[in-house]
Amino acid sequence: MKKCFLRLQVALPLCLLALFAFAPLARSGGLDAFRNDKGEINVSGGTAHIPVMKEAAKRIMTANREVRVTIAGGGSGVGIKQVGEGLVDIGNSGRAPTEQEIRQYSLHVFQWAIDGVGVVVNKGNPVKSLKKEELKKIFSGEINNWKTLGGQDRPINIYNRDEASGTREVFWEKGLEKGNISLKANVVVSNGAMKSAVANDLYAIGYVSVGHIDESIAPVALEGVLPTIGNVKSGAHKISRGLYSNTKGKPQGLTGKFIDYLFTGEGQKIVTDHGFIAVK
Amino acid sequence: MSSGKRVDRIIEQGFFLAALWSVLVAVLIFLFMLVLGLPLLRSGQIFSALTRPWLPQAGLFGVYPMIVGTLAIVFLSLYWAFPLSLGVAALVSVIHPRGFGRFLKKIVLLMTAIPTVVYGFVGVFLLVPLVQKIFSPQGGMSIFTASLMLALLICPTMILIFTDSFESVPRSYHEAVDALGGSPVQKLCYVLLPCARQGLVAGLVLGMARAMGDTLIALMLAGNAVAVPGSFFASARTLTAHIALVTAADFDSMEFRTIFVCGLLLYVFTSALIVCTRHWGGEKGARF
Repeated sequence: MKKCFLRLQVALPLCLLALFAFAPLARSGGLDAFRNDKGEINVSGGTAHIPVMKEAAKRIMTANREVRVTIAGGGSGVGIKQVGEGLVDIGNSGRAPTEQEIRQYSLHVFQWAIDGVGVVVNKGNPVKSLKKEELKKIFSGEINNWKTLGGQDRPINIYNRDEASGTREVFWEKGLEKGNISLKANVVVSNGAMKSAVANDLYAIGYVSVGHIDESIAPVALEGVLPTIGNVKSGAHKISRGLYSNTKGKPQGLTGKFIDYLFTGEGQKIVTDHGFIAVK
Repeated sequence: MSSGKRVDRIIEQGFFLAALWSVLVAVLIFLFMLVLGLPLLRSGQIFSALTRPWLPQAGLFGVYPMIVGTLAIVFLSLYWAFPLSLGVAALVSVIHPRGFGRFLKKIVLLMTAIPTVVYGFVGVFLLVPLVQKIFSPQGGMSIFTASLMLALLICPTMILIFTDSFESVPRSYHEAVDALGGSPVQKLCYVLLPCARQGLVAGLVLGMARAMGDTLIALMLAGNAVAVPGSFFASARTLTAHIALVTAADFDSMEFRTIFVCGLLLYVFTSALIVCTRHWGGEKGARF
């Protein structure tokens, strides 16, 4: 017994030591590719991509100070145009480039995440399913009472996102089909703020990235399809889009390594950490 | 020159440079906003910016709803905060100057150190559901909710200035009232309030400036709708929250320029308030 304890006493610190020794190695697994590299990667385009791009850039630049990554916004159209004209190395877009764009600029397209957006209400709300027409009318202010939808006789409080939000862009484009949003809609600044707003307002309706839906709020089925990660992946849930990075020709050197990094375990972890759905 | 004198001069010059620098920064910020807002000012679109609604899809970038929202939230919060602060200040400095009053003043001092995000956070989780349940099902995030929290934020500033001005009333005045057999309440109403009038104005105006400049409470609690608010239970957006919400990525869009109009407006409003304090606040106000 005593011997066993003694062995444990020796083994435990050894184990810990091993853990600490290998931890940096394990963490920088995806970043090893950048060792001994030097140069600059310029990224522009979709704004929804920016948080992931920033985090990836931060980690790469911390691991190797000789590499510089610059990230600019501009939107999907700008991203495709700039990469096509050789102004940047990577052009991000929140839509797949068209056949014509791919041909004209000889683009290589990489989809590294899916951004799905689900409609949510308060947990106490009996309305858990909506038709697309109803959703559009709610957000335009045409339907303004839950009674019309089978709920309580209470006004509907709409929660919207700020204009810089990529989530808002997808929802407006695919959920509302670019329909009007009432001016009286409340505006919150993040997926997190949306969650706490809807969780604290019995008569609220809002929308969040599917990755953010948890038990504090209730997802609403749209045309019978619940916003779950599975449904987004299978394509049954329609309010979603891929997040793409495009390069002119086959990506080479640093640019290629940056794209590869997005598909490593660590890169995809960054993707899920920011509320998107990983593709691997 | 002795070495002591030289050290004195170096320190003096150091302070002078520091003062110069902070004045310069304030002026530079104003100039910066003026330069970036200039295209809008020069083209005469400034008036439409001040009177029109905010409809980016229709090409309208007016900040009128935000001006209305700001004023509504500021005045409503003053409506709550002024009587409350006056009452607390009277209690602390006249009615219970020792014991409970001293304890209360310590709490007030502590309150000045609470960051606004804490107020905002508490508001989202406690006040919003409460307002919704008691007052209006639509008013969870509204002018009303934000003004209550904002009142709490500006109270300490006002209370401290009020107590300060009560305490600067000469001791002999107190003794005169006591000699005449006046009660503390009579002392407050007939002697202290009239004597401390300037301090009251100063506190009120500074509280107002503080309420106007705060961003986070309105951003988290007022709802930020871009419609012109129709009631106190309507969602509204303040100028500060608007600046926080519209982060235009490019440098020459109309959105970007109107942000600087908002900034200029806030700058002018608060400067005007400070000038008012100096003017009506007399000696007391001149200290701010």
